[in-house]
Order: sequence, then C-alpha cells, then structure tokens
Amino acid sequence: MSVLFIAVPIALLLASAGVMAFLWAARGGQLDDLETPPLRMLHDDPAPPVAAACVPPAPLD
Amino acid sequence: MPSTEIQSAFRSAGGPARVPHAAACRHCSQPMRSSELCSEGADQFCCAGCRIVFGMLQDHQLGRYYDYRAGDGSLAPRALATGRDYAEFDDPAFVELYARSNGSERTLELLLEGVHCAACVWLVEKLPELCPGVTRCRLDYAQRLAYVSWNEPPPSIKTESVVSPAAIARTLDRLGYPPHPHREGARAQVQRSESRDLLMRLAVAGACAGNSMLFALALYSGAFADMQPTHVRYFRVLSALVALPSVTWSARVFYRGALAALRARRPHMDLPLSLGIVLAGVWGASNVLRDQGEIYFDSLTMLVFVLLAARYVQLRQQARAERNLGSVHALTPRSARQLDAADVARVVPAESVSRGARVEVLAGDTFPVDGRVASGESSVDLSWLTGESLPELLRPGSAVFAGTTNLGARVVVVAEQSGAETRAARLWQDVERASLRRAPIARLADKVAGVFLIGVLILSALAFLLWLPAGVGVALETAIALLIVTCPCGLSLATPLAVSAALGQAARAGWLIKGGAFLEALARPALIVFDKTGTLTEGRLSLVRWLGDDGLKPHVKALELGSSHPIARALVAALADESPVLATRVEQRLGYGVEGLILGQRVSVGSVGSVSSPLPPWAQAALAELATDGLSPVLVAVDGNVRAVLGLGDRVRAEAAQTLSRLRDQGQRLALLSGDRQAVVDHLVRQLERASGRVGLFESASGDMSPEAKLAWVEQARGRVGNVFMVGDGVNDAAALAAASVGIAVQGGAEASLDAAHVFATRAGVSSLLDLIIGARRAHGVIVRNLAFSLVYNLLAAGLTLAGAISPLWAAVIMPLSSLTVVAHSYRATSFGRSA
Repeated sequence: MSVLFIAVPIALLLASAGVMAFLWAARGGQLDDLETPPLRMLHDDPAPPVAAACVPPAPLD
Repeated sequence: MPSTEIQSAFRSAGGPARVPHAAACRHCSQPMRSSELCSEGADQFCCAGCRIVFGMLQDHQLGRYYDYRAGDGSLAPRALATGRDYAEFDDPAFVELYARSNGSERTLELLLEGVHCAACVWLVEKLPELCPGVTRCRLDYAQRLAYVSWNEPPPSIKTESVVSPAAIARTLDRLGYPPHPHREGARAQVQRSESRDLLMRLAVAGACAGNSMLFALALYSGAFADMQPTHVRYFRVLSALVALPSVTWSARVFYRGALAALRARRPHMDLPLSLGIVLAGVWGASNVLRDQGEIYFDSLTMLVFVLLAARYVQLRQQARAERNLGSVHALTPRSARQLDAADVARVVPAESVSRGARVEVLAGDTFPVDGRVASGESSVDLSWLTGESLPELLRPGSAVFAGTTNLGARVVVVAEQSGAETRAARLWQDVERASLRRAPIARLADKVAGVFLIGVLILSALAFLLWLPAGVGVALETAIALLIVTCPCGLSLATPLAVSAALGQAARAGWLIKGGAFLEALARPALIVFDKTGTLTEGRLSLVRWLGDDGLKPHVKALELGSSHPIARALVAALADESPVLATRVEQRLGYGVEGLILGQRVSVGSVGSVSSPLPPWAQAALAELATDGLSPVLVAVDGNVRAVLGLGDRVRAEAAQTLSRLRDQGQRLALLSGDRQAVVDHLVRQLERASGRVGLFESASGDMSPEAKLAWVEQARGRVGNVFMVGDGVNDAAALAAASVGIAVQGGAEASLDAAHVFATRAGVSSLLDLIIGARRAHGVIVRNLAFSLVYNLLAAGLTLAGAISPLWAAVIMPLSSLTVVAHSYRATSFGRSA
C-alpha cells in the first residue's frame, strides 16, 4: 500500500489546481453575475438570410 | 385579465407573422386605447414609441426579438422612449466623469429602465448592429446595467464615423430603454468584493471538507480493519494539513465577527463558533503530534463549509433585495440648459452650473437647480418634494427647487445652489444620516446566542471538573468533545436559512425586503405611521364632485384638453367619455384658469378668483360644502355667471379604511403624517373613520409636516415606542422611511423613497400591508421553531457527551442531521402566500 504515499499527494495537487482555477475565476468577477449568462445562451443566432446580406442595414443616426 | 388572454392569443397565432389581436399593440402586445392608436399597414401600435421600435427592429433584421419574447412568456411594458436628445452626454465633463478608458476604447456604464426579460438581453446586446461604431455591449440583467464600449480615435485623426455617447443614449432610449449614467457607489463596491471574498473562502472550505471526509472515511473504516500504524499516522497528518487552510483562512470570517463582538461587548453567534473551531483545531493538531486521541478535522471542516454556505446565501439574498430596491436615484435631472450672455442655451451637466448662472427651464421639464425665477410666469408641481397636491404659482422672484416640475411655460432661473447643495440633495444626505443613526434591531438569534454561549462555557467547565478524577487528559478531551458537539451549527443556520427562504417567498409575492432584521421587526406589534398622499389616497387629483349644470361637461373638456396643468389633466381624465365641442380663442390665464369662446359664449374654468361678479347663494353653499370636505373648488362660468362648481381632490383608496381597521384589530397603533394642509388631513381622518365605523382610528394625525419635521417625528416616536413602521411613497417621506424601524415604500413612489426604504411593495396601496405582517409573523415562527430544535438537539448531545457516551464518529453523523432538519424546515415552510 506504499503507493498511497505518492498517489494521495498527487490527488491533492490536482484538487488544489481545481481550487486555484475557481479562485482565479471568482477573483476576476466571472461569478458576479449568475443571472445573465443563462439567459444569453438561449439566443443562438441563425445564419443571416441571403437577402439581408446584400442590403446593408441603414445607420440610425 | 385581458392582457394574459391577448398574450395566449399571441402565442397561439404562431409568433409574429400575423397580427396577434385586433386590439393589441404589435410591439408591446398590450391592449390599445382608441385615443392613441396609430397604425402602419397591417400592424397596429399603441403609441408612436412602440411603432418606432418596431420599425427599427425591422430595418436591422432584428425581428427575432418577438420570437424570443413570445418564448419567454412575459409581457413587455410599453416602449418608454422619452425622446430626449441626451446632449449632456457629449459634454467633455460628462465623459470625464462617467466613462472609463482603456487605450482608445471608452466604456460607459448605463443603468437602463424597462429591461424585463431574456429578449431585452438579446436586443440590448445587439447595440453594435443598431448603432455603428459601438464595439461591444454587455448587459447585466440582474442590475439592469449595460456596459457599452466604443473606440475613440486619437484627436489627430478626424473621422466622421465615430459614435458619440449621446447617439448611443438616443438609440437605447428609442428602443425603450432610457439610459441613466451610472457610477458604482462605494457601498456596492464593498458589497461586491465582500461577496467575491466569501465565495473564495467558501470554495476553499468546500475542498478542504471534501478531502478531509475522504481521509476520515479511510481512518474510520481502517479502525475496524487493522490498518497499519504508519498508514494511520500518515492519514492523520494529511487530515491536519488539508484542514489547515479551512481553519485558518476560510474561518477567519468568524474570527473577525467574534473579535468585533468582543470589542462591542455584545454576544454574537460567532463567539462560541470561533471558540469551538480554535479549541478543536488546536487539540486535534496536538493529538496528531502526540499520535494519540481523537482528531476532529472532518467535523470541523464540514462545520466551516456549511456555515460559510449559509452566510453566502444570506449575503447574496440581501444584495439582491437592495439592488431591486434602489438602483436609480435620479433625484434631479443631470443636465441643465445654461444661457450665455447672448441668451443662447447650451446643455451642460447640472452639477457644473455655478451660482448666479442663468438657466432656462422649458415647460414640462424638471428644475435642475435651486434658485429664483428671473423672468417668465408658470406654475410648479411641488408634490414630489412636499406632498402638496395642488400646483403653486411661479412669478419673477419665486424660489424654485431642483427636482420639481415646471408645468406652465418657459422660465429663466438664476441658480443659487446646484449639485450637492440643492435642497433635494441635502434631503438625500438626511436620508443617509438617518439610516446611519438608526438604532439596530435586536435580533432573536443574537439574544439566544448570548444565553447559549454562557451555557456552553459553564457546561464545558462542569464537564472538565466532573471528569477530573479520571485524569487531566480525559477531562480535557471530554470538555472539548462537548464544545464541538454543541457547536451551534444548527443554531447559526436556523436564522439565515429561514430568513433567506422567507425573503425569497416574499419577493415572489410582491414584497422586496432588505434583510432579516426587518422581517423580525415586522413580526412585532408597532406604531404604524402613514403618509397621506399616494399611500392612503390615490396620489393624484381627480374630479370628486360636480355641482350645477351637467350640460357644461363638453365645454370644460374642450377648454382643458390642451393644458398640462394637473387640474386640467384630472378634468380631462374624468370627462373621457364626453365628446368635446369646438372652442376658439382658448387662453390660459396663469393662476386663474382657462377661458375661451364656445358657440359664441365666453366660458371660463378656473379658481374662485377667476369670477369677478358676486356668487349666487347656491354657489356659495356649494363652496362651503367643498371646503368642509377638504376639496379644491373650480368654478365654471358662462359669460361671467357661475353655472357649475366642481370639487377636486385626492381620492381615498378603496381598501384603505378596511385595512386600517384590521390593523387595529391586530393590536397595532396607527398615526398619520402629511405635508398637506391640516384641514385636508382632518377631513381624510373623518372620512376613514366613517368608512370603517370606528372612532379614534389614528392616535395622532398631523398636517403641514415638512420632510424634516417628519424625520424628527419618527425619530422621537422611536425613542418613545421602540418599534415604528413608516409607510410612504414620496421623496418627502424618504428620510422618515430611513429612520423608522422598518420603512415601507408603496408602489408608484419616487425612486428616492425606494432607496431609503427597507421594504418595497410592488403592489399599489396599503391592503398588502396586512399580508406582509402576517407573513412576517409566520416566518418568525419558523425561526423560533428552528432555534428551539437546535437547542434541544444541542442539550441532548451535551448530555450524552457529559455521560461519556458519544464518540467522535457519532458526533460526525449526528451533527449534519441537525443541520439538515433545520434546512428542510426552513425551505418547506410557506410564510408568504402566492396570492400576488
């Protein structure tokens, strides 16, 4: 069972890498807004129709 | 409800390809009133704003918006477009103040009105397509905050294609999302970094707890299967190492709380918690080093993780409630039309107007500064500031205040105070001071924790003495086992979880509550102070009585149609069914009323002073009747002879009397504070007492109260009674709302009152107050039961430990069980009905 003396530290290292990644994401503010991303992913745009590609939209102002 | 019908019709029609309903707007799907209909081909719109948005979306191939919205199932509000030109956004001072730069990229944070569903996220983030030049646009849905970026070329290159902040603002406005510049407040910044910090500590605590559990599992099962001593030792050391970050770094939240409690000499739940964690941690570590006795790291890390999770839930809930309550406090307009020496108006940020500068204010605009009228005559709507329902006359020399609305005509104002010196801004500072000064609400859990803390310490000392005959080591071991087993895990979960569940339910039922302390205060009997205008009454003028000739109604409507005066609007609204006759030479006479020629006769509608001839006896009797009823009189005269007397007033809400009566039944005390005249207040009290059949409904009813006087009254009442609720809606209530134990803002209120209040009802009127108080009492019951359960559990566990009958293994099993029970009880209980 002496493999435990190598395997467990390696497992712990991997786990701490995961924790580090989470901390990096939290510190960068990626987890501040948990409400918009689930709404945003609902909107995947279909390919633009051919006609639309020929006529550039008029600028607004 | 017709709107849901229309919506289901809209969905069953298969989306936007067909006209959804004969009488529903093509853009917002809301039913249309015939008066404002405008159509374009087969599409009908309720207003010009909606038509413009629809046209814009079609031009840019963004019609999918309607598919997304139909899928979302929510009903859009009407397009809110204000049509402003946002010229102040292009002022260099504005860009300096609000925009962030990163290289050539500028980013502006804009708070948007009217964001309400997933389709809005999609549409707002399509801004780069709608407004060429914008490079990026991201919307934070929860905060209604858009981050808009564009590239500013270096000044050396002159290009025309660059987009200006004002053009961005205009585009958003036209889409129905009027923008407001936004700077993150210091408080919001602190809250955000606190939330991030807690999340990171929670993550570390979670990882530690999980790994600790794995080692504990190995040790417990190894104990039954003859594990090699080297392996046992190895796992014990690993447990200690893994627990280290959790106990030292993650749990620092509790240590800080405990130190603060010690300094303030107030018992707090963090105190027994910290004591338990530190003692168990030190004892466990020393046991690892001595290679004997129990280690507690699995229970300990789990404890830290569960408690941090509860705290994180609480913090997010609170931040969310506060965000919903007060995000815009656009107390005063942010731009002013300053006149230069040649009388040419230039739009500048309102804060930069200096003393003595001349500012032009157009009809319908809000005054940007405090000052005096230099030229022009008009009337001003002060209801926002004072609660007074009738407009006041403005003449050269009259004082005007920032934030009030110019109703009549263009006036020129000489600025006396601007920015932070205006009366509105000072009022706002009052609000902040009042909320800092208010005494905190004593919370049940803190009181229980105080008693509990002392109890646990005494019991531990007792255990130590009891087991001393068996040796110091055994005695110490038992005392520490007791501290851990009775660690108030369930106890400290009991309140936050019950509160967060109740706040969530309350939000769904239509009340946004800023925190658990207010929930507890709501459950206790109180002195409830009501504002009059907009709270007990409808908050707008309406035609209450018409005495005299009914045949003049079309004449009155014809004369008042073109006026923006509140009296005119009230009359037009009341006479919506009349078809107006033709009136010519209509003339507004400021302070008197309006007159014009109808069918060859001079008809005038106006104040008592507008008629010069003596009044006939019946009209005098009518005036006396209106005066006793607290109504404002309006005379209708034909060729100088009075033919009708109209009474206008602020109508009492239909459900007010019954609600007040039931509040009295509950044992609450009631009071009334108003900025309106004492006569109007007295009349309202009489009316409410008659309707509820109850004398002495209010223990006091005061009129002529300035915002500052209301604040003083509420603070004094808190000193006398303790628990005081303030129910109000206007800026004039804001400081009093902030000072009360619980400030409750009812819907339709000014944004400032929302910021100041602790509870915000999304439904108008006071009837929901009853449900709110009953719900708070139920939630309080849940908290009490949670606390009682954890106490019983702790006493039981303590008894078993004292008898030496509990092993660390059993402690590890039982402890989560108590927490789970509390969690289940909190989330299963329904405190607030879903009647909304």
